[in-house]
Parts: sequence; C-alpha cells; structure tokens
Amino acid sequence: MIYNIPYIAVVCLILIGLYALVFKRNLIKMVIGITLIESGVNLFLITLGYRKGSIAPIYTSSPGGIMALPIPQALTLTSIVIGVAVLALMLSLVIHIYRHYGTLDVRKVRRLKE
Amino acid sequence: MSKRNLAAAVFFSIVAVVFIFSALLMHPFGVLDESDMDDYVIENTQEETGANNGVTSVVFDYRGFDTLGEATVLFTAVAAVIMIFRRLKND
Amino acid sequence: MTEMSKIVRTITAIAFPFAMIYGLYVIAHGHLTPGGGFQGGAVVASACAMILVAFGSKWTIDKIKEKRLSVFESVGAIAFIGLAFFGLIFGAVFFNNFLVGNDYLFGIIPVVGSGLADINTAGVIPLMNFAVGLKVIVGLFAIVLVMAYATTNYKEGKK
Repeated sequence: MIYNIPYIAVVCLILIGLYALVFKRNLIKMVIGITLIESGVNLFLITLGYRKGSIAPIYTSSPGGIMALPIPQALTLTSIVIGVAVLALMLSLVIHIYRHYGTLDVRKVRRLKE
Repeated sequence: MSKRNLAAAVFFSIVAVVFIFSALLMHPFGVLDESDMDDYVIENTQEETGANNGVTSVVFDYRGFDTLGEATVLFTAVAAVIMIFRRLKND
Repeated sequence: MTEMSKIVRTITAIAFPFAMIYGLYVIAHGHLTPGGGFQGGAVVASACAMILVAFGSKWTIDKIKEKRLSVFESVGAIAFIGLAFFGLIFGAVFFNNFLVGNDYLFGIIPVVGSGLADINTAGVIPLMNFAVGLKVIVGLFAIVLVMAYATTNYKEGKK
C-alpha cells in the first residue's frame, strides 16, 4: 500500500478542491477550488507514465538507461494551457458580476431579471 | 443543519469513499504492462524528426494537431477577455 | 494600480533584461533541452507582468496600446498555420516536416544515441517554437494588462 503514495496525493488534491467548490459561498474561493481539481488531474496524467528507475526522455548528454514515456507529458502540457485560458475567463466574469451586483455571495446573485 | 447542507455532506462523503477506494486498488506505481507506442517514439525520434528532445518532437511533430487545437483555445480566450473589458468611446 | 516606490522601480528596470534573455533562451533551445514555446513564453510573460506591477497600470497602457498587441498575436497564429500548410505543398501530408534532410536551413540529423547536437537540427520545429512563443507572450501579457486597467477606474463610476 505504501507504493501508491502518488495516487493518494492526487485523490487528496481532488477532494480538497471539491470541498472548496461545494461548501463555500464566496465566488473567488470556488474559482480556487476549480483550479485545485485541475491541478490534481494534471498530476494524475504524469504519474501514469513513469517506469521504475528511468530518466527524462532527452538525448542531449544523457547518462543512459531506460527512459520515461514522453506522450503523457506532451498531453499534460496542452491541459495546463487550457486550464490557464479557462481561469482567465472565469476571473473576468467574476469581475463583471461584482460590478453589476455589488456583492460576491453566490446565493444573492440568482435573480434573472434586471 | 439545513437540508441543503445535509445533502451536500452525503454526496461529498460518497464521492470521497469511492475515490479513496479506487486509489488503493490501482496497479503499483512504476510498473507498466505495455508501452509499444512510446517505445516506437523513443527509438525513432532522432532519425525521423532530428530533434534531441522527445517531448518536443511529440508535441510538434507526431501530435501537431493537438497543438493546433490548443493554440486556437488560447487565441479564443484572449479575444474574449479583451472583448469583455472594452469600453465604448463616445466621440 | 498605482506605482511603487523608487527603489522597486530601479531594481525592476535592472532585472527585466536578464529575465527576458533567460526566457528567450528557453524558447530558442526547445529542441535540445527541456523547454519549448509554451514554457519560455510563460517566463517572458512573467517578466512583463513584473514591469506592470512595478510601474503602475496607467503608465504601462500609455506606452503600449492594446491594439498593437493583438496584431502580434495574429502574426504568431498565422505563422504557425502557414508552416503547417507548407508541409502540404512539399509532401502531401498536413504538418509534414519538410526541412529534415537538406543541408541548408535546419536539416542536419544528430548522432544516434546520447550526445551533443547543433542548433540547426530538427527541421521545422524551431520555427514553430518561435511562432508559438510569440503568441503565448503577447496573449498572457494582454490578459493581465486589460484586467489590471479595467479595475482602476471603479470609483469614478465608469463601467
């Protein structure tokens, strides 16, 4: 059981992010929770591609040996950039909501008119 | 507690139990069964692409289409943020 | 945002060229060492955000108008897609690496196995690194600049 510590770390990250998303009322705290969930998923993608005792998949003056898998690392790069784009849009919408309603409480911004 | 907090706590505890249970039953960390696609990339990345970096040759040569999609997403996000904060100037 | 004191402004003006050169080095050597377009672009965008924080948003947006920034981002995107379409002309495959094998521009194949290599290897990958790096630098800096400028005039009642 002690060999699965990276997977337990991924589950802890996702659960903390889910707690901040479900139980908190401030809009900025919910945005931070979404970012934590996305960090946990990126860590999970990278830990799936590791072989025991391997080095980085780069040939420039490498010491030789087995190499780790390069394809999950490439897909995690794309996922990180998409996370940045989504975070930028979420924060700009939060600024717009604050200007219109005057408050950041998520239970008071439910009116559909006006 | 109110009804909404009780329902949220039940949902959260069910999800937490399922996640922890599946994290303890994964295959051991560092032991892979099959990795044919990545073995092909590691063997042939210096003759076919000429790059010494395996990750860059996957991002830009073997899987360049995903990078095209990601560049489109980044461009759309920047355009949308600039459009939200545009102020109309009255001449 | 208002500007910071004179000590912070002087140290920022000294440290900014070093950070920018390090970021451009990471972009340019993307096919030899760890790095590439996206990572180096994030480093240079952080250096530009440091300038924005130290000198205030009003001074920065007087120097750099955001209409010029969007032109640079479009140039980066068009260069990336143009390089992909050039492969269609020379080999009938989209995203074909058409510069590997000739001795002129970027075509030398490195020695198989672990060892050092020149910069003019790896075909069309360094050109794509420059295009994507320019796009990421300008995109991230434009996001931070527009958000910082839009939250300064709130007390006067503007929208």
